Amino acid sequence: MPGDREPYALLERVFREEAGRLTASLVRLLGDLDLAEELISEAMVEALEHWPRDGVPERASSWLLTTARRKGLDRLRREAKFREKLPLVAALTTEAPREADDRLKLIFTCCHPVLAREAQIALTLRAVVGLTTQEIARAFTVPEETVAKRIVRAKRKIVDLKVPYRVPAHDELRPRLNEVLTVIYLVFNEGYLATKGKEPIRRDLASDAEWLATLLMRLLPQEPEVLGLVALIRLNLARWPARLDSEGRLVLLESQDRGLWDRRAITETIRVIERAAARRRPGPYQIEASIAAVHCEAATWADTDWRQILALYSLLAGIDDSPIVRLNRAIALRYVEGPEAALYEVEAVAKSLSRYHLFHATRATLLGELGRPAEAERAQARAIELTKNSAERALMAERLADGFVSAGLANPER
Amino acid sequence: MKYMLLITQGEWFANGSETEREKSMEKVTEWWGKMFSSGKMVGGHQLQSPETATTVVIERGRQTLLDRPLMEAKEAIGGFGILEVADIDEALAIVKTMPQPDGKVEVRPIIERAR
Repeated sequence: MPGDREPYALLERVFREEAGRLTASLVRLLGDLDLAEELISEAMVEALEHWPRDGVPERASSWLLTTARRKGLDRLRREAKFREKLPLVAALTTEAPREADDRLKLIFTCCHPVLAREAQIALTLRAVVGLTTQEIARAFTVPEETVAKRIVRAKRKIVDLKVPYRVPAHDELRPRLNEVLTVIYLVFNEGYLATKGKEPIRRDLASDAEWLATLLMRLLPQEPEVLGLVALIRLNLARWPARLDSEGRLVLLESQDRGLWDRRAITETIRVIERAAARRRPGPYQIEASIAAVHCEAATWADTDWRQILALYSLLAGIDDSPIVRLNRAIALRYVEGPEAALYEVEAVAKSLSRYHLFHATRATLLGELGRPAEAERAQARAIELTKNSAERALMAERLADGFVSAGLANPER
Repeated sequence: MKYMLLITQGEWFANGSETEREKSMEKVTEWWGKMFSSGKMVGGHQLQSPETATTVVIERGRQTLLDRPLMEAKEAIGGFGILEVADIDEALAIVKTMPQPDGKVEVRPIIERAR
């Protein structure tokens, strides 16, 4: 339920900023992610009790650190688990360290490639974004226990395998940064279009991803792909208010009320893309952001510059020749050269995408346009069968019932 | 920090052509020589073929011998090494330079007890 987070919006911002920074510094000072994270989460529980009542203290980070230190000492005296860390915790000053921002190290550690993707995601949301285990479980529609286990296991692996706490050296930075970007992108995608659960789109999770991407951009302002990801996320968020109708049904890009789009956000974000492009190191996130920008700049669906979109997808296919990219390129081709050329391209990826609902939906659209209704109907039925998201499924079923297969259905918003 | 490298035999060794195998083996041998002299590889051996393995199964204290290796032929172990390096990143960076054309390498930290 996104509603119950709202009264705490301001608190949350302070929390997230201060608690995140403190967790990261404590990992450095104590040499233990597990301990640092537990100390801060206990301090946060206490803050949640006091701050709404007494107001946010002027020096919030020092308040959190003092509380974390006191709680930590109490616990370490009682429990054997971290006893050897007792002198380190006792030696903590109550003045929160302000000079260094250790969060970049924390992000790279949480997204280390020795951890499975789900573990990277859970740990990053927990330690960097400060979501509770319960919130993460709700976000990904998995049992809370599963998330808790994932996090415990990941933290243990970091210690046992001796994953270093540092920003990767220059030659390793790019591949490691890709891991981080993927984690953020997946979090955003799950909010953008949930694969499970009742809510088809979740603004809170998408906003968490935006916050994380923005933090990364502050910490690594020279990396064009980070800027690209920030831009991609922000452009999609700018269109958010137009994505659901009054009854909570998903609205296709084609039919969206463009007056509801956040024009200012779009203009500002396009400047981010330009800043990235000036570095002359193109990459998939920058290209995807540019494609989103072309859509955002079109005053109406009919005004969409499909030639430019096709060119961008061709560029993307040159970097990442995945079947999904080829499918998207085929959709753009539909508007430039027509359904026949597009269908030819779509059939070329049939083998790899036979279990992907949007592949069948695209095929259905194109077959319909080419006057092959029986095949179109079969493809559409297959698409519905494979759709996990309830809103998307309803939308497709509706189209099928109307006997109306729309162009652009295959890729609702890109 | 010590890490054990558990290395599968790989297709190139088990089923590759004679000339391919010899060519790869030459590179592999050279790599191991370099690793040992760097001081980072502190132990390790190539093993005889999996068909030579005997597996001892212990159940409630009773032992039975099996005329086969622990693992499926596909992941049969061909050798092992022990690295002594600063952290997992250094261990993985070294594994990255291994020259064999295929196979798997399990990297596992070793528990070191004070004696």
